[in-house]
Amino acid sequence: MSESKSKLSLPVVGEVDRRTAIKAGVATLGLAAWAAAIKPWFEWTAELSTEEFLQKHYRELTPAQLQQVLQRLTEEAREATGKNVTVKDHKPIPGVQFAYALNLSICIGCRKCAEACHIENNHDRPSNQSYIRVFEMEKGGINFEKGNAHYHHAVPAKDKYYMPVQCQQCENPPCVTACPIEATWQESDGIVVVDYNWCIGCRYCEAACPYHARRFNWEKPQVPPEEINPNQSYLSNRLRPQGVMEKCTFCLHRTREGKLPACLEACPTGARVFGNVLDPDSEIRWVLENKRVFVLKEELGTKPRFYYFFDK
Amino acid sequence: MVILTCHPARLPRAAALWPMALLCVWVGLGQGCSRSPRPQEGVPFSRAGASSSPYPVIIREVAGPPEIATGLLDDKGQPVTVGCATCHSTKAPNAAARLGEPLRDFHQKLAGQHGSLSCLSCHDATDGYASLRLADGQRLPYQEVMKLCAQCHGPQYRDYLNGAHGGMIGHWDLTQGGRVRNNCIHCHDPHAPKYPTVTPAPGPRDRFLKEEGHERK
Repeated sequence: MSESKSKLSLPVVGEVDRRTAIKAGVATLGLAAWAAAIKPWFEWTAELSTEEFLQKHYRELTPAQLQQVLQRLTEEAREATGKNVTVKDHKPIPGVQFAYALNLSICIGCRKCAEACHIENNHDRPSNQSYIRVFEMEKGGINFEKGNAHYHHAVPAKDKYYMPVQCQQCENPPCVTACPIEATWQESDGIVVVDYNWCIGCRYCEAACPYHARRFNWEKPQVPPEEINPNQSYLSNRLRPQGVMEKCTFCLHRTREGKLPACLEACPTGARVFGNVLDPDSEIRWVLENKRVFVLKEELGTKPRFYYFFDK
Repeated sequence: MVILTCHPARLPRAAALWPMALLCVWVGLGQGCSRSPRPQEGVPFSRAGASSSPYPVIIREVAGPPEIATGLLDDKGQPVTVGCATCHSTKAPNAAARLGEPLRDFHQKLAGQHGSLSCLSCHDATDGYASLRLADGQRLPYQEVMKLCAQCHGPQYRDYLNGAHGGMIGHWDLTQGGRVRNNCIHCHDPHAPKYPTVTPAPGPRDRFLKEEGHERK
């Protein structure tokens, strides 16, 4: 009896020696780790349709494929928001190159431009995301290290001036060069765009931008359906997925229809001037020809299409 | 309705503004333009010249002359207002009254800050205050107040005419749609024209600066 007691074993696996037990334990841990590792993939595929996964790069889509993609995105957006959303594709207008100028003598730092951007471009509500960051700057120089984007007092404050910074739509954009998969590029009207369906979220472009103009979607942007702007475009303000980069597009869904950008219309002081720099009669050309304009970080050679000027 | 049917004039000196401004600012619709576009060969235009532009630039109209609320209601429940002359016709104009000084008889609540201007610098007393008055004595309807402002604020008016001053909404491309521009007094109170201090819209909520109302020193 005492002999048989010492040889007791589990009924199913039979006799287990130490080595087998360790192997089994390690295998179980490995399986668990693997399951945990691929779990996000399952969550991700729940939101990602097969067509979206297999979709080509925006610039490789044929017109028919593009129409299918727009159709799919429109249907998905309508389903998700219950609103009559339309996702269009706005192409650059031939013979147009956009430029923007901002009068620092007039800007009072009210952040109405940032707020308008937030609403127009369907930005994430919890983070109060916007493509425009307004810096409160010390008079007497342009020192961003002393600039403060987190002010909450009445503006304009004494001895301060205000400098809204957004994508400068550089003619020589470092963010485009940095992208390893060509998910971001410059279009013929000068606007640098992102294919949200191609972006892998590596954030190299964010690091490459000297103006801190690119934003990363850490979470899926949350916008209440009633606040959604239904006029959307593939390359601009359509609802972005989680984990992709986004940036100011000069409101291409508006400006490529001839309209002024949302931030300009919202400016209560009229500090912003926008137009086609190839048109010699445009307002922007008058500013560039008659005002003393400057660009941010000129020494980097990025050649911004966004200019700042003073009245005096 | 004041319409700019063309792209505003571009001029080197403020002194030359008036004749051009008058050419360019028309009362009524459908007028031609004094300034023809300068198309360049090889440079494509998105915006055909002003003369062929189908959409106008409209300057928001201003009301006037002002009516003063009496605080009474008429039979239909509408507020009763009176014109300036109702009170001013019985009293000789006071040329010494300056903006920024307390007013004794009229408009006691009006606290202005606009240089050392007097009431009569801009208001025409000979017309029972129903018009404005230019520096040369000409009467000017209230609706054309911009001409009055432009007498002193030439650089701002020049910038305005060139689209570089003043808020607007609508289209940058006038071949695709029109544009509506603010009048001077939509943004600047003529009695205290400095743009007021405002509370800014909420700033970005940084992921790493969670606390509300965070302000860096």
